[in-house]
Amino acid sequence: MTHWPFLSLLIWVPIAGAVPVLLAGDRRPQLARWLALLAALLTLAVNLAMLSGFDYHSATMQFVESKPWIPMLHVHYALGVDGIAMALILLTTITTVLVIIGAWQAINSRVHQYMAAMLVLSGFMTGVFAATDALLFYVFFEAQLIPMFLIIGVWGGPRRVYAALKFFLYTFLGSIFMLLGLIYLYLKSGTFDMAAWQALPLGMNAQTWLFFAFLLAFAVKIPMVPVHTWLPDAHVEAPTGGSVVLAAVMLKIGAYGLIRFALPVTPDAAQHYAWLVVALSLIAVIYIGYVALVQEDMKKLVAYSSIAHMGFVTLGLFIVFMLIRAHDGDAAQLGLQGAMVQMISHGFVSGALFTSIGVMYDRLHTRLIKDYGGLARVMPWFAVFMVFFAMANTGLPGTSGFVGEFMVILASFAASPWLALLAAFTLVIGAGYTLWLVKRVVWGTPASSKVEAMPDINAREALVLAAFAAFTLLIGIWPEPLVKLLDPAVNQLVQTLGHSKL
Amino acid sequence: MISTATLLAIVLAPLAGAILAGLLGRKIGRTGAHSVTILGVGIACILSIRVLYQLVWGGAPAYNQDIYTWFQIGGIGANVGFLVDRLSAMMMVVVTFVSLMVHVYTVGYMADDDGYQRFFSYIALFTFFMLMLVMSNNFLQLFFGWEGVGLVSYLLIGFWFKKPSASYAGMKAFIVNRVGDLGFVLGIAAALHFLGSLDYSTAFAHAPSLTGQTVEVIGGHPWSAATLICILLFIGAMGKSAQVPLHVWLPDSMEGPTPISALIHAATMVTAGVFMVARMSPLFELSGTALSVVMVTGATGAFFLGLIGITQFDIKRVIAYSTLSQLGYMMAALGASAYAAGIFHLMTHAFFKALLFLGAGSVIMAMHHEQDMRHMGGLRRYMPITYATMWIGSLALCGIPPFAGFYSKDAIIEAVGASHVWGAGYAYWCVLLGVFVTATYTFRMMHLTFHGAPRFRVDPHAGHGHDGHAEPGVLTHAPHETPWVVTVPLVLLAIPSLAIGYFAARPLLYGGFFGSAISVLPAHDVLAGMAAEFHGPLALAVHSVATTPFWLAIAGIALTSYIYLLKPTLAGTISKALGPLYRIVDHKFYFDELYTALFARGSVALGKALWKGADAGAIDGLVVNGSASLVGRIARRARTLQSGYLYHYAFAMIVGLILLLAGFVLVPHA
Amino acid sequence: MISLAHFIVLGAVLFCIAVAGIFINRKNVIVLLMAIELMLLAVNTNFIAFSRFFGDVSGQVFVFFILTVAAAESAIGLAILTLLFRNRRTINVAEFDDLRG
Repeated sequence: MTHWPFLSLLIWVPIAGAVPVLLAGDRRPQLARWLALLAALLTLAVNLAMLSGFDYHSATMQFVESKPWIPMLHVHYALGVDGIAMALILLTTITTVLVIIGAWQAINSRVHQYMAAMLVLSGFMTGVFAATDALLFYVFFEAQLIPMFLIIGVWGGPRRVYAALKFFLYTFLGSIFMLLGLIYLYLKSGTFDMAAWQALPLGMNAQTWLFFAFLLAFAVKIPMVPVHTWLPDAHVEAPTGGSVVLAAVMLKIGAYGLIRFALPVTPDAAQHYAWLVVALSLIAVIYIGYVALVQEDMKKLVAYSSIAHMGFVTLGLFIVFMLIRAHDGDAAQLGLQGAMVQMISHGFVSGALFTSIGVMYDRLHTRLIKDYGGLARVMPWFAVFMVFFAMANTGLPGTSGFVGEFMVILASFAASPWLALLAAFTLVIGAGYTLWLVKRVVWGTPASSKVEAMPDINAREALVLAAFAAFTLLIGIWPEPLVKLLDPAVNQLVQTLGHSKL
Repeated sequence: MISTATLLAIVLAPLAGAILAGLLGRKIGRTGAHSVTILGVGIACILSIRVLYQLVWGGAPAYNQDIYTWFQIGGIGANVGFLVDRLSAMMMVVVTFVSLMVHVYTVGYMADDDGYQRFFSYIALFTFFMLMLVMSNNFLQLFFGWEGVGLVSYLLIGFWFKKPSASYAGMKAFIVNRVGDLGFVLGIAAALHFLGSLDYSTAFAHAPSLTGQTVEVIGGHPWSAATLICILLFIGAMGKSAQVPLHVWLPDSMEGPTPISALIHAATMVTAGVFMVARMSPLFELSGTALSVVMVTGATGAFFLGLIGITQFDIKRVIAYSTLSQLGYMMAALGASAYAAGIFHLMTHAFFKALLFLGAGSVIMAMHHEQDMRHMGGLRRYMPITYATMWIGSLALCGIPPFAGFYSKDAIIEAVGASHVWGAGYAYWCVLLGVFVTATYTFRMMHLTFHGAPRFRVDPHAGHGHDGHAEPGVLTHAPHETPWVVTVPLVLLAIPSLAIGYFAARPLLYGGFFGSAISVLPAHDVLAGMAAEFHGPLALAVHSVATTPFWLAIAGIALTSYIYLLKPTLAGTISKALGPLYRIVDHKFYFDELYTALFARGSVALGKALWKGADAGAIDGLVVNGSASLVGRIARRARTLQSGYLYHYAFAMIVGLILLLAGFVLVPHA
Repeated sequence: MISLAHFIVLGAVLFCIAVAGIFINRKNVIVLLMAIELMLLAVNTNFIAFSRFFGDVSGQVFVFFILTVAAAESAIGLAILTLLFRNRRTINVAEFDDLRG
């Protein structure tokens, strides 16, 4: 497969595109916006072009590139994607375009820097998903903290510095353990090739240490209870675009890391401690659901709901081990697929919800639920989108939110009815917090004359929300294309997890 | 043969109408909105009737095909497809017919409302979801329709979203339904796990393998897998079909406009649970325990929830509690394995209850949106058509022969009486006494509304605006009969309420109408036993005069007539005399109070405690910010070492140097 | 005959005087600068002495570098000092504790 270095293009086009955006300067924000949009669209176009060349039946890495980078340490600039990575990269490139359109008027100061940061962030995130070399993965993993740190710290709300620092330190704490794990694996294997690590035999003791190092690193990112408290703060303070990218893509990096490292490299330790992660996931679903119920800040509410939904991702990933033990391969695949679909779906749904909150915030400059009310009358089109996304958030069949949750619940039942019961509790509690939010914000009467004066969404906002809605609906009524894209890679992962390394 | 294109047209025509009316509502205007949706539902209705005709008289085989693959993972596949046999075809006709009537009626009922187009969009969308539900050939699509109708129900209950009580009721309905759906999803998961497929036909084919399979739900107590599946699925039905104790949402749903009370909360959506249980009859037949649960739950609702209807004064709430009671009847029939009787009652109930609701809506329109029966009375003179049709609906509801309700309800009572599952004795008494209760609340409503002296006053100068009345019971102009768009549906619904029982009783109950769509184990087949004593609908009607249910109904009618027509003060005296008993019933057995305290407030309190205590307190306060402040505290100590004086630093350097040198010199080299 | 030891002792004495100058002086920043110069001189003395006695010229080359650097450093130091005085109106060492934690 010697054709264009598509993956490099995906990573470096947005990053290179950030340069002219920066050069446009503070005086020409409109130029900066258009340049940024152009770069993002170009990236998306490259990505879509890749899709046509993608082999849907192969579980191997495709579009591979490999060049020696640090020969002394055998580090390669090695890229490649399978279905799992491809789906997440698509999510990244699509979200980037939408975020740039969404920030068109919402960001007014230092537009060029904001747009440049977004583009760079997009490139780095793609890099994380595309890297097949562990050190390269680590570099991208750390690098994408920087633009996000800036986005929160510069364009954020009043407590932005606290939130940005919390975000940075939390993630950093985790990634130190990951680095230790990576170094250990390098010393053991003499390579940073992630595929080679999957075949590396490891003793139970080593696996346990590695598993917890990886788990800690990625649990922070997902985030899992109890290392989740940075997320609500980061979301509340981040500007709308930052929140969208954070929820839609960055959280997935954590789960992706688990899929690439914790699961295949240390399958026996993961098997042994699956109960722990499953328990934490269920706590996330229920406990966080209750916490979300009483939030007064809309962004916090959606942030907590994100944690609960990501709980389904980790549940799906680790329920697999219980199903493998029970020799229920189909259900194991279902669980893993559910986790993946849930990730993609959550990307669109939470991205859309944060965009919606941004739309409201741009008009009223408050995120408190009690300041709103009666938007159905004031902003009817917006209300349509808001209710739609709220329904997607509650997992209504026909929206993408349902698909992943449904698959994970089906898989959990095969493991144990009780697990499924606890997981399915999200149906009730999720509906509780989401609909209560909708009731207080969308229905009722306007809380003040300022709400009364809020104009309905303009064409640009409608475009962004409609795009999100289209993806949500598409996956909801026809998940098969996505499932097909993921299937070979998921299938192979289940096979890998079934083989003990001891 | 039934073609795929026909079925797709049936489903998609209402959807297209809904999308057009919803998204282009402003462009196409009011007339455009009701035209496209009525056209869509009309097409669906005509085609549904054609499909039923083909199945019943045309000899067409049942249709069972997948349309497209929803997902295929390993051996687990989920498809979207249709299963159209006589059961679903009958449901399709009922759904589309009632929906069409409601669409036409709405043209009159919502004529003054701002949300006209939105309303039409919703009810057409509802029809789409409901059709997806009944036509589904698999659990997944069933759930899609199931939740979809829940969504539209939520939107429609909260249709007048400016009223806090309406949006609250909508939310309550959705969340209570979600409690049921929790069980339902688990039921689907259980079905997939034990039967290996989401497809009905495959799953039912594997159903016999369930016997003997057990699952340990609680340590040490093996449950039969069939019982587990059925009870979980039934929990879903309890939510959607408002069975005790998940019934609390239905009375509140009366906050929505009356047409949807008729369509969703009486005729179609709430009967989805009944339909589902009938559809799953091959599974329910395997579990006597599940059948007992179904019967006891249903019968309890049939009697006790009917009692509440006697104490209500809101005309719609009376009918709502009546719906709860009738749903209980249907469930009791299913529990007795008389699925055909349950579905039969579902159908007759759809007609006469839609009629009653639409009639009540007509009354409400005439009364300028007054729903309190204490301000009505004597309306028979003002609105003769509504009055006459309401009489037909009431007699059908009370089960007076030969009205439709008589045949279905009589069959249910007999079937429950003949059943031998655990709890059948209790259930029999409940459904029997329920007849008296039904007659009592129905005719109390009729008398309060239409008979006696008017309790309202006409004052042209009182109030202002189209629905504004300064004080309850004062109208700006005299009530008058509603326009033809309202009365025509009433008449069209009155016809089946009057006659369908007579014609359908024999084929539906004893003629094996449903064929293979419903399967009953011979040991449970109570209808087969009853068939022997069935000598035609006319004979049954004549014979009924000698049965208890008939006289119980007459007793109810007579009692209410005496109280409300002859001695109007007696009602208050009786309610005072019954004291605490009356209060318990008047407060709906305190379900709402209990749930509000326990679940609504309890959840919020728990959420606050977890948030402030665990999240903000323990994790963020103690660990995260705690570790940060620990670093801060250590640093505060350590920084006192930094005096800022150069000579201190120089001194430290020298001392360090000396120590280093000393170490270098003194420590022997290895 | 002056031996290597003499030079080294001289260097050590110079160094100690410089150290004492830094410690004991609490009044004047200029004296501090002078003490630092003295320290460098002490080191230079050692460099030259070793260079002479080992016959290796590179030590003396080093001294040139050190002298140049010392000159530059004292020039900068004095400039800073001037600025400091201009801002603070004092060159009292005890008052310069901005880095205190």
